[in-house]
Formats: sequence, C-alpha cells, structure tokens
Amino acid sequence: MKKMNRRTKVLIFTIIMALIIIAAYIAGALIPDSAVEADFTCIKQPPSLKHPFGTDALGRDLFLRTLKGISVSMTIGIVASLISAVVAVLIGVAAATGSKKVDAVINWIIDLVMGVPHTVLVILISFAFGRGLKGLLIGVAATHWCSLARLIRSEVMQLRSQQYIAVSRRLGKSSGWILTHHLLPHLVPQFFVGLVLMFPHAILHEASISFLGYGLPPEQPAIGIILSESMKYISSGMWWTAVFPGIVLVLIVLLIDRLGDNLRMIIDPYSAQE
Amino acid sequence: MTGTAARLAKIFLRYGFKIITLLLAVSIVSFVLVSASPVDPVQQYILSLGTTVSDEQRAEIEEYWGVNEAPVERYFNWLSSLLKGDFGTSLLYRRPVIDIIGERFVNSLALMLCAWVFSGIIGFALGCVMGMYKDRLADSIIKKICYVLSSIPTFWLGLLFLLVFAVILGWFPIGFSTPIGVQESDVSIWQRLHHLVLPALTLSLMSFANIALHTRQKLIDVLSSEYVLFARARGESKWEIFKRHGFRNILLPAITLQFASFAELFGGSVLAENVFSYPGLGSAVSAAGLNSDLPLLLGVTLFSALFVCVGNMIANLLYGLIDPQIKEAQE
Repeated sequence: MKKMNRRTKVLIFTIIMALIIIAAYIAGALIPDSAVEADFTCIKQPPSLKHPFGTDALGRDLFLRTLKGISVSMTIGIVASLISAVVAVLIGVAAATGSKKVDAVINWIIDLVMGVPHTVLVILISFAFGRGLKGLLIGVAATHWCSLARLIRSEVMQLRSQQYIAVSRRLGKSSGWILTHHLLPHLVPQFFVGLVLMFPHAILHEASISFLGYGLPPEQPAIGIILSESMKYISSGMWWTAVFPGIVLVLIVLLIDRLGDNLRMIIDPYSAQE
Repeated sequence: MTGTAARLAKIFLRYGFKIITLLLAVSIVSFVLVSASPVDPVQQYILSLGTTVSDEQRAEIEEYWGVNEAPVERYFNWLSSLLKGDFGTSLLYRRPVIDIIGERFVNSLALMLCAWVFSGIIGFALGCVMGMYKDRLADSIIKKICYVLSSIPTFWLGLLFLLVFAVILGWFPIGFSTPIGVQESDVSIWQRLHHLVLPALTLSLMSFANIALHTRQKLIDVLSSEYVLFARARGESKWEIFKRHGFRNILLPAITLQFASFAELFGGSVLAENVFSYPGLGSAVSAAGLNSDLPLLLGVTLFSALFVCVGNMIANLLYGLIDPQIKEAQE
C-alpha cells in the first residue's frame, strides 16, 4: 500500500471525529423522555453494569441523562455559534468596506463587548430575556463574534487591495457584484473554520451559564444543570454525579476543538502553520 | 523633563476620556438590558419583603423607585445618583450596593491576585520549557496538557477539586472565605489562606494555558532569529542564550498579556466563587441576577467593566514600553 501523506491522514482523523460527534448527538437526541424519568426504586446507585454512570437522587439513569444533556448543549452551542459567525461576517465586511466612521463605530462596539467580562454580560442578557432558552442563546451568540469579526475585517481589507478587485472595478462592476463574486466566496473557509472553533467555546459557555442557574429550566437535562444538581450531593459522597457527566462534556469539547484545528489545516494550511 | 510630564499627562487624559465614554456606554447598555427584562422589580421587591403590601404602599414604592417615569428619565436619575456615589440599596443584602462591592471586591481581589500571579509564573515557566525544547517530548506533553485544560470548564474543575481535596481527603474546607460560626474579627490570616487555596488553584489552572502557549511561540520566534544563530556560533551555551536573549525579550509581552486577560479572570472568578460559595463579586453578581436585585447587578457590572478597563489600559501602556513604534502611533 502506498504511504499516506499527512493531509490524507488529517482528513481521515477529521471524518472519524465528526462521525463520533454526530453519533453522540443523534444518540442523545433519540433518547425518549420516558427513559430518564424518576425511578425511586434505584436512587443514588453507584456505577454498575446496568447504570454505567450510576443514578442520581431521583433514581434517573445518569448515562442516558448525560447523553441527552450533551445533545441539548450541542444544539444550543451550534445555533449560538452559527448566529455569532453570521454576525461576525456581516460586521467584519461592513467594517472593512464601509466608511471610516462605520469602521470606528464597529471597533468601538467590539471594545465595549470585550470590556465587560463575558460571564457578566451573558448574565445580564439572559436576565433581560427573562432567564430562558432565548436569553441564553442570544447571550452566548452576542459574546462570541468579536474575534472572528476582527479577523474577517482584516481579511477583507487585504482582499480589497488585490489587483483583480481593482481590475473588476475598472471593468465597471458594482460594489455589490464584487462583494458577492469576489469577497464573500473568499470568506467561506474562514467562516466555517471560525464557526467550528467557536462551537466548543459556545458549549463551555452554555454549560457554565446553566450551571449558574440561568438559561434552561431544571427539567431540561442540559449538561450544566446536571452538574449543578450534582453539587448538592457531592458532600454526601455521590462522586459519580459530578465526575462522569463532566468527563463526557470535556471529551466532546476536546473533540470538537481538535476537529476545528484539523479543519483549519485542511482548508487553510498557511494560517494553521502559525 | 517637562516634555515627559506633558506627554504623560496627555496619555492619561486620553485614557481617562476613553474609560469614561466606555463606562457610560456600559451603563446605558446594561440599563437598557435590565429595563427590557420581563421581571417586575417592584413585584420582586415586595416578594423579598415577605409581607403583604396594600395598594397604597405599592404605589408609594413605585413612586420611590420611579417605575412609572419614562426610562430615559429613570436612567438619568440613576446616573446622577451614581455620580454622587450612591449605587442604591441591594434588595438581597439590604445594604448599600457600594458597601457590598467594596467588601466583596477585597475578597475577590485576594482570589484573583493569587490566581493571576500563580498562573502567570507557572504559565511563563512552562512556556519557556516548551520553547526551549520545541518538538521534544516535554514540549508535546505540556502542549497537550494546555489543550486539555482549555477544554475543561472552570466550574467542573472546581467541582473535582472540591470532591477530591475537600470531601474525600478533607484537607481543605468546602466553602466560604472564613470558618462558619467564627466572628469576622477572630479569623486568622492562615484560616483565610486555607479557604483561598482551592478557588485560587482552580482559577489559576484555568488561565495558564493561554500564557504558556503564547510564551512558547514568542520564545521560538526569538530562538530562530539570526542574532541567536550568531550567538550560538560565538559559542554561547543554550542556557546563556536563553538568559541573555530569550528571557529578556519575552518577559514583557507575557506580562502585557496577563494584564489584558482581566476579563477572562473576572469571568472565571464568577464560576469559581460560585462553586466554592466564596463571598466575592462573582457570587454576588450571579445571585443578583437570579434574585432580580437590579441595583447590585448594575453596580457589579459597572465595576467589572472598570476593572477590565484598567487592565487593558495597563496592557496598552506596556505595549508602548515594549515597542516605541506603537507608542508613537498612540500619541
């Protein structure tokens, strides 16, 4: 067999990682609510073959709850980072192509968002929307676009000074035509890499904010809620309620993070080298 | 000399203006957000009183709070009392917000300062090791640790520490900044430190990965430069090269990065303080949000913005110190 080159190897790893993540997501989404109902005949059981992660104080199976929770968290993470990435592209392009004033205002807004600790800002936003799913989504989305917007702004600035853009303009193409035919296609890889790199951060943020008690109602088994419930029981020695869901969360976040890095290596090898 | 003084005055004036406009903007945004909330502050206040209130009393409270005034008017009333140093009274703790912030900031500052110094030193040292032994075993191991740590949520690490060191081993107390049932004045410094260890450790482990990876990259850049090649040709040992060329060039950028990371530090302390029930600003802000304590929520938000702003300002000034070109551009 011919020796594989590095790119092929990275590609294979990336596909495997993506498959694992998708499998975890679908498995979690398919679990019916009835499977994680309270069952008072088997409360506070340590891990066993029947309940690999043990059960909690209401007798719910933690393995199924964790899987369900991680898929809820992933849904929120992907929606929030999708919103965030789209906002980043719009704002980045606007800053680079608009007038000096627009650029200054956008820079100032970015300074403002970066000037308040994100956890505090998400608390404020989620408070403004009445502490629900909507507030959580908007809060996480509103705090993640800044660095990608800056990246896209400088990318577009660079593109605009390219000769083929100048030629296009001389040929009489409108700004809109140049935007849709030259600039936006160039930003597609940046967009996807930025999105995948934002995704794990969004999940971590979502978990942290739900852990603090904002966001989803307690019936929704988001991973942050499972972990915040576990806090009540760890002093009585129920270590499994805190350890296993956390490990699953970290593994998923790590996988997505690596996936993003690999994706960057495939799509944009130059910047990945830095 | 007068030239330097005038330049310094100019810089401070510029930053002062920047901080004031930023804080004003933060106050407007946070006020708008809080006003947009469907949570009724009067209702919350009455609930927190725990007694029934007649309609007349309710109207009186509404008048006192100015709920029926236009939001713009309410904002300016709030702002003018802010300028007089009156942040209002916390519904949750029944004390002036400014007192709570002052008291809790001391606790938070102790926590954040420990974590900041500790993560800075460890991160810088590990970054140096990684840079010196690039692509060797130590480098790849530490790098993997950094990646894993940046994927671990702060609160879960805190939970693990709590589980292992406080519950199972019993080395450290489970929470709070002082032993329960002991008068505030009787608490010794050792007891305070004892309560500080776990939260500070959690917070520092969360933030050192960033500085370590940054230092690694900087050191690799320096070591691959031509003057280092020349130094090696002159016969300087690896350690001498690090001491003379590496260390000096990478220390200041690392310190600058640490100052620029105040926002993450504060955000992390919100989570760490909540896990360990540590009475700092972070646990105050999340409690304020959960209990609809608007004056406290707004007060801590403004204060955290000021805190981050000061960090960024120091970072900017340090940038100027490192690279005179930036300094000239700034002026």
